[in-house]
Amino acid sequence: MLRLVVRRLLQLIPTLLGLSVLLFLWLDRLPGGPASAILGEKATEAEVIRINRALGLDQPVYVQYWRFLKRIAELDLGTSTQTGQPVWDEFVLRFPATVELALLGILIAVAVGIPLGYLAARHRGGWLDVTAVSGSLVGICIPVFFLALILKQIFAVELGIFPSYGRQDTGIDATSVTGFAVLDGVLTGELDAAWDAIMHLVLPAVALASIPLAVIVRMTRASVLEVQDEDYVRTAEAKGLKRSVVRGRHVLRNAMLPVVTAVGLLTGSLLSGAVLTESVFSFGGIGSFIRTAIDGRDYPVLVGFIMFIALVYVLINLLVDVAYSLIDPRVRVY
Amino acid sequence: MRISKSRAARAITAAVAVTLIATGCSSERDSDNKSDGEKDTFVFAGAGDPGSLDPALASDGETFRVTRQAFEALLEHESGGSELVGGLAEKWSSNDKGTVWTFDLRKGVKFHDGEAFNAAAVCANYDHWFNWTGTYQSSAVSYYWQTIMGGFAKNEDKETPEANYKSCTAKDENTAVIEVKKPSANLPGGFSLNALAIHSPKAIEAYKKQDASAKGDAITYPKYSQEAGTVAGTGPYKITKWNKGNKEVSLERFDDYWGDKAKVKNLVFRTIDTEEGRRQALQAGDIDGYDLVAPADVKTLEDQGYVVPTRGVFNLFYVGMSQQANPALKKKEVRQAIAHSIDRENLVKTQLPEGGKVADQFMPDTVEGYSKNVKQYPYDTDQAKKLLKKAGQEKLKVDFCYPTEVTRPYMPAPQDLFELMKDDLEKSGITVTPKAMKWAPDYLDATESGSCDLHMLGWTGDFNDGFNFIGTWFAGYDKQWGFKDKKVFDAVNAGSKLGNHDERVAAYTKANEVIMDYLPGVPVSSSPPAIAFAKNVNPPNVSPLTQEIFAEASFK
Repeated sequence: MLRLVVRRLLQLIPTLLGLSVLLFLWLDRLPGGPASAILGEKATEAEVIRINRALGLDQPVYVQYWRFLKRIAELDLGTSTQTGQPVWDEFVLRFPATVELALLGILIAVAVGIPLGYLAARHRGGWLDVTAVSGSLVGICIPVFFLALILKQIFAVELGIFPSYGRQDTGIDATSVTGFAVLDGVLTGELDAAWDAIMHLVLPAVALASIPLAVIVRMTRASVLEVQDEDYVRTAEAKGLKRSVVRGRHVLRNAMLPVVTAVGLLTGSLLSGAVLTESVFSFGGIGSFIRTAIDGRDYPVLVGFIMFIALVYVLINLLVDVAYSLIDPRVRVY
Repeated sequence: MRISKSRAARAITAAVAVTLIATGCSSERDSDNKSDGEKDTFVFAGAGDPGSLDPALASDGETFRVTRQAFEALLEHESGGSELVGGLAEKWSSNDKGTVWTFDLRKGVKFHDGEAFNAAAVCANYDHWFNWTGTYQSSAVSYYWQTIMGGFAKNEDKETPEANYKSCTAKDENTAVIEVKKPSANLPGGFSLNALAIHSPKAIEAYKKQDASAKGDAITYPKYSQEAGTVAGTGPYKITKWNKGNKEVSLERFDDYWGDKAKVKNLVFRTIDTEEGRRQALQAGDIDGYDLVAPADVKTLEDQGYVVPTRGVFNLFYVGMSQQANPALKKKEVRQAIAHSIDRENLVKTQLPEGGKVADQFMPDTVEGYSKNVKQYPYDTDQAKKLLKKAGQEKLKVDFCYPTEVTRPYMPAPQDLFELMKDDLEKSGITVTPKAMKWAPDYLDATESGSCDLHMLGWTGDFNDGFNFIGTWFAGYDKQWGFKDKKVFDAVNAGSKLGNHDERVAAYTKANEVIMDYLPGVPVSSSPPAIAFAKNVNPPNVSPLTQEIFAEASFK
């Protein structure tokens, strides 16, 4: 296991290096430049030249790239041109919100998707199966931001059950310890703050969960259908094992292997996919920050974000591999 | 099968229970925040985050909306109007040349940190700005200081304008005298800018210890401007918290305020960056008001009982022409033909909020210097065709740039406005090539460098002086327009050099006539950006300059 973890961590290095090269080639070909974004509409040519010099943008790409690598090695991601604050500080400020949102999103997707997919397979052709399959098709088809708008209109504006925007109510003077609003509320005993944060998370998380939920339902269903006809399942049933044991240990466990892989990849995609959902709900996470970074060509933030997401993907894949070997000891991953 | 049904039933029961709990809790939330009699927090949503808690470092409306509640300048605009009135100075006067400004200061004023307001405090502020160095001298940081007072004690860049500020003297405890080198059209209006609001001298000392140029790459704003605690003004509210993660700035009533105390104890500004998001938040009861209402939403909100007061008009939306980008535009007949082609009445009627007006010159009729005698260019397609024929440009082709994903106070729906104007121009036989661009930096870069034949832009006035409008565009050669016409430049600059108010206004009136005779572009409209409030709100006086004072707001 340790060997696997070390090997995967070492694989991070060429992955991130390759990605950083691609990023620089992309940045080098973009029109406009960050100087205009920093200085806005009042920039003089002299100031643009000065800022380009300060940012090192007047240097050849390979020099810029080498400087970038050195900075990364020192954990310095530069300064956001939107806010004038260090990118790392901005990430630390906003990432907990997005992680909370993505985790709740994947939690909803898994908690609903796996049982639903399993039940759909068990009752193949029944009303539950038809509903689950067609519902998941709708889930994949509806754009997330559109679903977010509908959910907001119904449950926040019309029914007033959930808040329409933000991460916490204005009246909640919550103590921040880790930056994770729900966790902080629990840690500090401010349960009203934790509950308030959960209420703010529900609608964006449901919207965000729609695609992963649909994928998980379909994958679980397909996988269970495949596994339940396997010889070993029939053998287990023939041995007279209890139905719950056969379903849990033989069918579900084996059917989970592809689903676990999907869950890992979907979790990573939720982090990057939060951009639109967060914008709809004015949720103060990294997603809405990235959207304004794209608009304002905030290169340091974009570069940092892409590198960070790559890191998250690799780490999640590592967790998936570990989970694989736990679920199925036959699987040996090197 | 029975087991499955039982599980399904349990799942449904659990879901219902969660919904009930959620509903119950939301009802509790509602009763906490929305019971009208006890409500002590006013929540207002803007379209963007503020950039800084120090208004001296800002040039954007979202920052000033917040800082205006906590900081006051020597002069202010009348509540709900554009006339200059006393702020921290009760009275003011200048010498005949307009180079020595004397302010009789208000007595009994305290800063939020307990310091007393006096003439020395005024001079500490002006001298602090004048002596800025390093990154503070970038126009992105000190735009308004440079606009009003020129450069600094020691300019570090040859592009920085020469300093017009000379000195500030505390003549006595309550009399401050500010001297400038040359008369300026930006004075006394500039003394009313929130960017030149007065801070506590104790806070200024703390500011000096933090540099804006600290991090080497890009502009890093000083820490004091990014978190509450150091900044201290004299306004009716004091800033208590800036929660960037939750996109909100919290303010609390300043009980030692010299004037009428704020009616609501807490004031919170939150950022909701989409028009629809702000409207939905108001309808959901999560906020008490918001700015930049989409014109299409105004009637809906009014019909639903929301309070949608109309602001006075203080901006200008225009179609710019770059003679540098398209030499055909050098011909006056061509520019006139374009002006005659655009049905401005229709644009105002269909695209702009109530209160919008057709513009016939480059300033709204609320600004002193507006002329009633400018040359008119009414919508007349036949006349446009004749003019094009006369100029030999019957097959005129133009690139027309417009911005995407943006709403400006003067330009609520750029793409719709563009489509209508494109149709109008094509009716006159002009071939229009659309050039859609992202607002910043692409569109702004393209328009300011003069690379668009035609483009759409506008301006919201900072204070009531004609130069703040026409001087912005026509005081000298500007790539955006790409023309050099001494007659226009001289007419515009004539007013800016005059100390006497009446003479200056007369000069601006004349300048407007000269500009509209030359016709560098087409002034299209002036319109009030709409603002909306909840049904239970007595709104503050709404300001044509978008300078609302939320201390005036209360709940019914």
